[in-house]
Amino acid sequence: MNARWISLHTAYPTGYSPSIKEKQTRMWSALQFEFMRNAVLSGVIISILCGIIGTLVVVNRLVFMTGGIAHAAYGGVGLAIYTGMSPFLGASIFSVVTSLVMGVVTLRDKDRADTVIGVLWAVGMATGIIFVDLSRGYNVDLMSYLFGSILSVPKMEILISALFTALVIAGVYFSYKELIAVSYDEEFSYVMGIPVRLLYFLILIFTGLSVVIAMRMVGLILVIALISIPPYIAENYTHSLAQMMVLSCLLGIFFTISGLWISYYFNISPGASIILMSGSGFFISYFLRIFEKR
Amino acid sequence: MSSKEKAIEVEKVYFSYDHIPVLEDVTFDVEKGDFCIIIGPNGGGKTTLLKLLLGILKPDKGKIRILGEPPHSVKHRLGYLPQYTDLNLSFPVSVMDVALMGRLNRSRFGKRFTDEDREKVEQILKRLGMWEYRYVHIGRLSGGQRQRVFIARAIATEPEILLLDEPTAGVDPEYETGIYEILKELNKDMTIVVITHDIGVISRYARSIACVNRRLVFHEEGQITKEMLEMAYECPVDLIAHGIPHRVLPKH
Repeated sequence: MNARWISLHTAYPTGYSPSIKEKQTRMWSALQFEFMRNAVLSGVIISILCGIIGTLVVVNRLVFMTGGIAHAAYGGVGLAIYTGMSPFLGASIFSVVTSLVMGVVTLRDKDRADTVIGVLWAVGMATGIIFVDLSRGYNVDLMSYLFGSILSVPKMEILISALFTALVIAGVYFSYKELIAVSYDEEFSYVMGIPVRLLYFLILIFTGLSVVIAMRMVGLILVIALISIPPYIAENYTHSLAQMMVLSCLLGIFFTISGLWISYYFNISPGASIILMSGSGFFISYFLRIFEKR
Repeated sequence: MSSKEKAIEVEKVYFSYDHIPVLEDVTFDVEKGDFCIIIGPNGGGKTTLLKLLLGILKPDKGKIRILGEPPHSVKHRLGYLPQYTDLNLSFPVSVMDVALMGRLNRSRFGKRFTDEDREKVEQILKRLGMWEYRYVHIGRLSGGQRQRVFIARAIATEPEILLLDEPTAGVDPEYETGIYEILKELNKDMTIVVITHDIGVISRYARSIACVNRRLVFHEEGQITKEMLEMAYECPVDLIAHGIPHRVLPKH
């Protein structure tokens, strides 16, 4: 798996085990490498994106749907490999389409929406697997879509994610009061003349695209943790949606950087390390909540 | 149109959830400036009727005109208090934020709330005794306090018609009368429609009464008629259970 630190690990001479201090020195020197600087940069951008979108996902109870979109996006990766398109583009198209379909289904059949999401989730993935099977002689690292490959993010993708994040920030800034109202009380917002449906679908489309971008870092299987954990923790300590978004971004950046650091230090997968850092944060916050309620 | 202008016109409206009829052949008019109380047993269709008036639900058959227009095109001129105010309690939103949502009908997309919006909300929250809680997380309030915030939000819309679904549910008695006094005052400028179980309210405030139990019986002079009793015997059962004097009933 290219996502691991194998090349760095084998850089040590045989039989030589570096001291902690040496490793720490190497830690900072790791930033000399361009791929490392890119990883940190793209980690920070994606954390900000996930903090904002994740907040909307959590307060609108769209976590399961987001998981579904992320997995169904694999169908797009498969299709892209089969047709020779960019997997990034394929996944984007697939995730936007599935998020729209899921949105329609949720509105039409509210009581069984979770079942339909589960079906689309599996069908999307299966489609992807079949397409990959059909593509003879493919040489793409599929694991990187499943588990992420933050160490090999191309510059172009960093730029795209930065622009997209800027777009999301601008969108949230201009529709902030409407977003709060729609997320908090859909019915009342409708009566107030806010285009509830339009905003709902916009949230879904932006969530779908964010999932594809975040997939680069931690992979489609783990992306749901990055989207849901920071807002879940942040919600408990904030009194407004804006505060929740900002705290989520900061938590996300902390989990990402510390996860990268740990993955370097212990020579393990960065995607999984980031998620485990987030997971630790989740459990600490969860038990603190229980403790506080007593 | 008759001499008095109509705020609400409902003509032969039918509505059902999954083929189970909830409202049948409902016809009534509410004049502008009316204080209309809707009573009726649980499951009788009161809340459904209110949501039809707001355009949240669409009738299967029949015609609804609000201020002479179809509901969906005038809904921003209406104020609304939903029946349930305890949804989304962990949502990070303060009392002030919730009350400000009532100003969304007159604020533009992409613009912040104005000082006027904030002053209006301040005034209303003060009247309802919730101003000192303005920065408090909505989930930390008691049910009755939250109810008052939601009433503030409905009033803040400065609507032409105010529709309230059980406004005093869970509210302390000291504020209960206060809320109706505010409504009475607002009634000078706007039409008010209230769903309530509190029969005491009828004798003091109602100008007209609608009793809903799948069908609707309307009384323009604010009295419970024999017909209502016969159609929906739960209405007076409710009435007696609350220990309210029978003077609200006409002699029959």
